[in-house]
Amino acid sequence: MSRESHLAEQILDLVGDRAEAEVVASTGNLALTRFANSFIHQNVAEDGEAVSLRVAVDGRVASAKTTVTGADTLAAFVDGALETASMQPVDEDWPGLAQPSRVPAVEHVDEATYDASPEARAAIVKDFVDAGRGTLAAGYCQTEGRSSVFANSAGQTASGRQTSAIIDGIHQTGTSAGTGHAASVAIGDLDGGTVGRLAFQRAIDSATPFDTKPGEHEVILAPDAVGTLAIFLAFYGFNGKMLEEGQSFVDLGTQQFDDRFQLWDDVTDPRALGIPFDSEGTPKRRLDLVADGITRSVAYNRKTAKKAGVEPNGNNVPGAEGWGPIPTNLFIGGGDRSVGDLIAGVERGIYVSTFNYCRILDPKTMVVTGLTRNGTFMIENGRITDAVTNMRFTQSFVDALGSGRILGLGDDARLADAEFGPGITFVPTMHLASWNFTGGAEG
Amino acid sequence: MFEYATAAVEGALAAGAAYADARVVVSKQESIDVQNQAVQSLDRTEQAGVGVRALIGSSWGFFATADLSRRAASAAGERAAAIARASAVVPGDPMQFADVDVIQETYETPYVEDPFTVPMSEKVGLLVGVTKTMQEVKGIAIATGSLTFFDTNKWFVSSQGHRIHQHLIESGGGFDATALGDRESQRRSYPQSFGQYETGGYEAIRTWDYAGNAGRIAEEAAALLTADEMEERETDLILEGSQLALQIHESVGHAIELDRILGWEAAFAGTSHLQLPKLGTFQFGSELMNVTADATLPGALGTFGYDDEGTRAQRVDIVKDGIWVGVLSGRDSAAIAGLPPGGMVRGDGYNRLPMVRMTNVGLLPGDSSLDEIVADTKDGVYMATNRSWSIDDKRLNFQFGTEIAWEVKNGKLGRMLKNPTYTGIGPVFWGSLDRLAGGDEWIHWGTPNCGKGQPMQVAHTGHSAAPGRFKDVRVGVRG
Repeated sequence: MSRESHLAEQILDLVGDRAEAEVVASTGNLALTRFANSFIHQNVAEDGEAVSLRVAVDGRVASAKTTVTGADTLAAFVDGALETASMQPVDEDWPGLAQPSRVPAVEHVDEATYDASPEARAAIVKDFVDAGRGTLAAGYCQTEGRSSVFANSAGQTASGRQTSAIIDGIHQTGTSAGTGHAASVAIGDLDGGTVGRLAFQRAIDSATPFDTKPGEHEVILAPDAVGTLAIFLAFYGFNGKMLEEGQSFVDLGTQQFDDRFQLWDDVTDPRALGIPFDSEGTPKRRLDLVADGITRSVAYNRKTAKKAGVEPNGNNVPGAEGWGPIPTNLFIGGGDRSVGDLIAGVERGIYVSTFNYCRILDPKTMVVTGLTRNGTFMIENGRITDAVTNMRFTQSFVDALGSGRILGLGDDARLADAEFGPGITFVPTMHLASWNFTGGAEG
Repeated sequence: MFEYATAAVEGALAAGAAYADARVVVSKQESIDVQNQAVQSLDRTEQAGVGVRALIGSSWGFFATADLSRRAASAAGERAAAIARASAVVPGDPMQFADVDVIQETYETPYVEDPFTVPMSEKVGLLVGVTKTMQEVKGIAIATGSLTFFDTNKWFVSSQGHRIHQHLIESGGGFDATALGDRESQRRSYPQSFGQYETGGYEAIRTWDYAGNAGRIAEEAAALLTADEMEERETDLILEGSQLALQIHESVGHAIELDRILGWEAAFAGTSHLQLPKLGTFQFGSELMNVTADATLPGALGTFGYDDEGTRAQRVDIVKDGIWVGVLSGRDSAAIAGLPPGGMVRGDGYNRLPMVRMTNVGLLPGDSSLDEIVADTKDGVYMATNRSWSIDDKRLNFQFGTEIAWEVKNGKLGRMLKNPTYTGIGPVFWGSLDRLAGGDEWIHWGTPNCGKGQPMQVAHTGHSAAPGRFKDVRVGVRG
């Protein structure tokens, strides 16, 4: 029996018949090698295990988490959670526990990544740094391995293992920066040199930027910019709690997007990262959020599903009591055009490598403000002609993807970085009819 | 607990570290969230472990484990040294490290009422009560309230002989009301967005009179639905204290972090428009702008006894009469810059590498008041309570949204305005500061959610501020 299975079993035994209970026990490691000014300056790792427990005593609910998992301390941990719950008012919306059901047989694991050494990460960093000439490199290489077990007192059990590996960084000239990013389940898939060369080229190409006028511009958004669109739509819109509260823009069954727009969540896709069940033990399966521009569904956990009168679809996340269930394996359907073809179709527009510091102004309209960063370029007559200085935008993400607004989709979909972090969106380059830039980043 | 930290340091030294330090951290947190009179979540979290960092050559190696035993701690020290050694694949110049006094002391947050011993029924009852009051206002669809308490014990040991125990208590919370329209949502929060957090006990909650403000906050949220939209223009802008505190956090606090200035955060958080050769001469703002980083302010959220490198908490001038004169630093960054270390390095929990973080970066008070500033304004807007914030990676270009605004005409507050935003460039904006309140309007606002670093760390920071006026600011920017 694995350590995490043993922990989960121990805790359910300690709860006994005193409450409904669900446990997530996990063990694993996280390591991150960080570099700046072209050398490794911070290099960290941790091993750890953690337990999350939620109990319901006659509908009175409390949760607790701990990293203190010795046999002599778990009893006090469980008793504390039960005592806290017993002091609560009854939660009229308590949905009960997940019943036994089969979890998809999916495992996104690479053993070499699980046990990756600091030397292996440093080698990838070296390739990234060495790809530049006369530039300063900064970024990180991260590996993570985690094993998780879910068990509840209704008899549902699930277990999963996951790994991920990321190289992400920039090369900087005195006046510019360019970015590169790659992520995979396996460290062996990471090519620091290729990612570094893209970052270096973007930095060199944008070394002499000029200010362009704010206003509506046609845009080509690279995957790391598109990833931010996807996660903002998911977090603030395709969210069962936001929908139930009337705060979401989502109108189910309505053509809210361009008919080229396909958005779904699917941890069972071999290209995804993660485990195939959520923290309530609900199995995850493909969830179509937008099909042919028509909004089809949103993410639910058990409580929001109960309120909506539907089945939960496995998207509970830690903190969902506050901000709601969030899909975290998002895909945007790609096209069949190369990035070069997409650019060739632009008479005058802006190419954006990444966005930075994006914040929602109103979830109902999905108006977001943010900035471009690490490679922004002018496109004229079908080719990139110059670099432009970073710009601020204030744009409704729903309107940007509205009917007739998607002019092209790239064939380059990949795991992208995004405002809320890497590894949660798999998206292509997008060509959009317009984007509202509201000012230059430096005045 | 000192024995585990000592074992970790000894493990690192035996494995070749030139310097090592370790923190054993044992912490607990209690969070209560109520929505529309129903408890949404009641969560208790405890965390314990040891984190050790080892310096070899140009890099820190850091390793953390939740296994609190001498054997595991010693092994963690060895792992930290091995990780640091692996960094030599991509080396830099040897890391410098400034000298500080070797300290063997204890520190405890002064507090009156242990928040963990206040009856749960009282805490839940407070939040149920304020959400009930807010729900009774017509048009309020969502009323939420939250309380969070932190109790943290840290034992710090360094290879130079530091031996420090700290016990920190932090308390905070707040509530908000959301009104929903056809295609909009409007929210009002109290005491500020995300709540007000302080070092101290439950007295930090009682001070703010939640019950007495819930009705007003809800009525303002409902009224926003029918308020006029703020029009885009340049005008005089009066900022309420908590919004000015966030303005300080984003456009001053992060810009003065020495690790950003040195490029160590370039790929993620970003760099800074500030360059060290201009320290002492750069005009950051008007003569009214006097900023300090003061980790000794009683009750402020960024207050402690010693930072996570064992340096004593201190007050440092950052901007004096509008001139940039100081930075936030640690022992390594300060040594490189040739400055004294500022005692501003902290790590999130036991399992994150300590790094430069804000303490209490605040704007010293002026001699005016909000009423006087409004009375002195012929044409402008007054904006209160943050709703959105965005700033570029050099901390120059910002755009903030607030929950509410009022126009100011001929010295009086006029129409309520919704969807207020303002935008600007840091030094230009700060240069336009021409009136500043003080007295009891100067408050130690707390920010409990400052993100930085990779892996991500969250820090608790303080920002003292009173309302102030800025001339000719672009407001009302919308998409």
